[in-house]
Amino acid sequence: MARSNEPFFWLLFSSGGTLAALHFPALAAVLFVAAPLGWVTLPPHGELLARLAHPLLRFAVWGVVTLAFVHWGHRFRFTLYDGLQLQHLWGLIATLCYGGAAALSLAAAWLLWSLP
Amino acid sequence: MRPAYELYRPRWYRRRMPIFWWLRKPAYVWFICRELTSLAVAYTAVLLLVAVAALGRGEAAWEGLLERLASPYAVAGHAALLAALLFHTLTWLHLAPKAMVVRLGRRRLPDAAVLVGHYLGWAAASALVAWSLLAG
Repeated sequence: MARSNEPFFWLLFSSGGTLAALHFPALAAVLFVAAPLGWVTLPPHGELLARLAHPLLRFAVWGVVTLAFVHWGHRFRFTLYDGLQLQHLWGLIATLCYGGAAALSLAAAWLLWSLP
Repeated sequence: MRPAYELYRPRWYRRRMPIFWWLRKPAYVWFICRELTSLAVAYTAVLLLVAVAALGRGEAAWEGLLERLASPYAVAGHAALLAALLFHTLTWLHLAPKAMVVRLGRRRLPDAAVLVGHYLGWAAASALVAWSLLAG
């Protein structure tokens, strides 16, 4: 049987799906809904920046967003194939989805690395 | 090199499916909605990075982002985003017992126990996220 790279991407896809399932609702609820509505008060700018100074937290943020991007790439790839019947664009869609995830992950690494 | 008889290979049988086949049954629509939550996941990660970038550019940029996030359109959009993320979380957690078989010795841990474990993990992770954003 031909070896497939499917299990590798599936492992990253499912880790990203799990991390996003566990963390993203709380993140979006606090940062993008509750804080803008004034239900909760975020610490001041300097305090939040100081928290991000820890290399471990930066690495954790990078890891979570990278796996979230791979989760998107893998799942969206099959949504396009099946949902829009685009199986004939197999290679192109795979390249765009995984390539997009890789580019976003690199951008995240650069951003987190260059923080003050 | 392609052998000449390749020319006469019979055509593959592929059933023609309409592009919007998934509008035929509610279950298919839910399936596509579930799959499309990956867009919400990616958007959340991008928005998190936008927030981190604004933090890095200084206090004025951060205050500017908070102001934009507080616009009624942004709040309404992000409430919809939250709904999509919750849909992802619920469907994901409820698939977990099917994807994961936990054995204790010879006995298989019941699905309900695996599910409760995942819900406890969700509660713990949510508390961690809220604490790391709000504490102090």
